[in-house]
Amino acid sequence: MSDPIIQMKDIQKHFGRVIALAGVSVDVHAGECHCLLGDNGAGKSTFIKTMSGVHKPTSGEIIFEGKPMDFADPRDAMEAGIATVHQHLAMIPLMSVSRNFFMGNEPVKKIMGLPFFDHEKANTTTMEAMKKMGINLRGPDQAVGTLSGGERQTVAISRAVHFGAKVLILDEPTSALGVRQTSNVLATIDKVRKQGVAVVFITHNVRHALAVGDRFTVLNRGKTLGTAGKGEITPEELQDMMAGGQEMAQLEGSLGGTV
Amino acid sequence: MADTAQNDAASTDERVKEISPLRKALIRPELGGIVGTVAVFTFFLLFAFDSGMFNSQGVINWSTVSAQFMIIAVGACLLMIAGEFDLSVGSMIGFAGMMIAIFAVTYSWPVWIAILVTFALCIAVGALNGIIVVRTGLPSFIVTLAFLFILRGFTIFLPQVIERKTIIGGVREAAEGDWLAPLFGSKVFQGVFTWMGENGWIATFTRGNRAGEPIVDGIPVLIIWAIGLVIFGHVLLTKTRFGNWIYASGGDADAARNSGVPVNRVKILMFMFTAFCATVFATCQVMEFGSAGADRGLLKEFEAIIAVVIGGALLTGGYGSVIGAALGALIFGVVQQGLFFAGVESSLFRVFLGVILLAAVILNTYIRRIITGER
Ligand SMILES: Nc1ncnc2c1ncn2[C@@H]1O[C@H](COP(=O)(O)OP(=O)(O)OP(=O)(O)O)[C@@H](O)[C@H]1O
Ligand SMILES: [Mg+2]
Repeated sequence: MSDPIIQMKDIQKHFGRVIALAGVSVDVHAGECHCLLGDNGAGKSTFIKTMSGVHKPTSGEIIFEGKPMDFADPRDAMEAGIATVHQHLAMIPLMSVSRNFFMGNEPVKKIMGLPFFDHEKANTTTMEAMKKMGINLRGPDQAVGTLSGGERQTVAISRAVHFGAKVLILDEPTSALGVRQTSNVLATIDKVRKQGVAVVFITHNVRHALAVGDRFTVLNRGKTLGTAGKGEITPEELQDMMAGGQEMAQLEGSLGGTV
Repeated sequence: MADTAQNDAASTDERVKEISPLRKALIRPELGGIVGTVAVFTFFLLFAFDSGMFNSQGVINWSTVSAQFMIIAVGACLLMIAGEFDLSVGSMIGFAGMMIAIFAVTYSWPVWIAILVTFALCIAVGALNGIIVVRTGLPSFIVTLAFLFILRGFTIFLPQVIERKTIIGGVREAAEGDWLAPLFGSKVFQGVFTWMGENGWIATFTRGNRAGEPIVDGIPVLIIWAIGLVIFGHVLLTKTRFGNWIYASGGDADAARNSGVPVNRVKILMFMFTAFCATVFATCQVMEFGSAGADRGLLKEFEAIIAVVIGGALLTGGYGSVIGAALGALIFGVVQQGLFFAGVESSLFRVFLGVILLAAVILNTYIRRIITGER
């Protein structure tokens, strides 16, 4: 297999006395969908936040495209081609859909040598991206606050798909979605993966994970329980592990070889 | 499977009710300002038309007062949309004026150096305000309240120590022949006014050595500053990517940060811009009066905030309009001077302020509910 596009080595993250991550190593290859699974509070969101530049890891190393990376802030990660849909969407209710869509990445056109926000381009791109995801907007100037929870999630996802040139991170993107939008999201994950984008997909739904995942990593209380490839683990085993590792001993055995 | 689903949704959505134009107009932040402006002008045209408020001197009078409010309202508006307040604006005005006077008169520096150094000093204080706010995460309300006292304290202390008085005069004489001072304290379009006077369109002096010259002989450059700042602020906010960052920083700083918006930089820059506006105000005032007083700028921070709120901005940040704030300032200036022209007791202006502030805040809250879809 090719070298991973992003390698997270022994990442630790402490919040004061809380140890959210106690040494997690995961790597993601271009063109694969890597599912992160685990109980509430296991540290999944914290982990992907170190990947997207929101948190600086307390210790550990991030290797991006073969080079050690030190993201100062989310902007750095975004410029490197890593886009994220956060669990708490990072949408601003008072702002319009297209302003939200391009927040931090505004398209610019020059008028008399001065850079101006290209609203026209922002509006058409937003409408197209939303249509692709199966959501019909009243208009690009509709405030995000007037959208339903699922519609907001769809805006966040299509934004990340639009900007995630190399790595696309999705933190529970389907938690509020209807059946049709969910299958749209899963189909989109499949599509961008085939285009060579590395996808990190966090979910609590085993069926969704198995539908698109190539590899599965289960986190529990800030540690990995291991990584399994597709076909190396049954849905039942995965389900048990996600439940928080009550049958950990037995499960660790079944995963041992693949770590 | 997903494909057919997409095509269905792509056709028009019958569930999206056309929103009425009224409702659409209602969610424009400027609405309150526009309605207020129309109401105020209608009122004074009906009841105070003969008071002299609408002849050339009257118009220049309330335009100048409104322009003063506008200059500080633009800064306060962008800062409020970015999610912060600056309560030190009034003290900053007093401080800036005093520094110019001390530099130019007491130390006899060339006025242009005095002005530039004062601008640098005040913008640095603005930056300090901003840095403290973003570094500590304290509410800007409390940080800038501290600077309200610190700056006012220095403004009273320094002239007393240096000159043993609280008013320093002689700035106008010092500014004679200076190249930068006219940018803050002169009149423009004087030719146009002479021409209008000659044609009898505006009042002229009928006696004395200025007979034949128009009573109003030009537009104070202060008004040009106000218009320039309003246009700059409006374009910056609505037409640039930085404007999008201002909205985002005030709307939800964490969400903005997660999307790559340099929130801290935006907020600090807006504090600096507010300080810049306050210093413009102060410089114009010092050039007009020819002196600096320790009590200048009192309560200006609140007047700026009220103008901004009348203009439709939300106190919680993330929403508002520079044009609205400018209209708020216009309402302010017209009512204050209009009541004066109409001979109404000036203390009633404060009653008016309180009432209109309350009305504006209630209207804004209602509008916010519409935007965020709570009703
Ligand atoms: N900013 C923070 N400060 C302090 N503790 C934090 C912070 N962020 C996360 N934690 C802690 O880290 C642990 C992991 O949280 P995290 O959000 O990563 O869980 P998660 O796996 O995403 O859970 P869920 O499935 O509920 O989303 C939790 O115990 C949480 O309390
Ligand atoms: Mg989470």
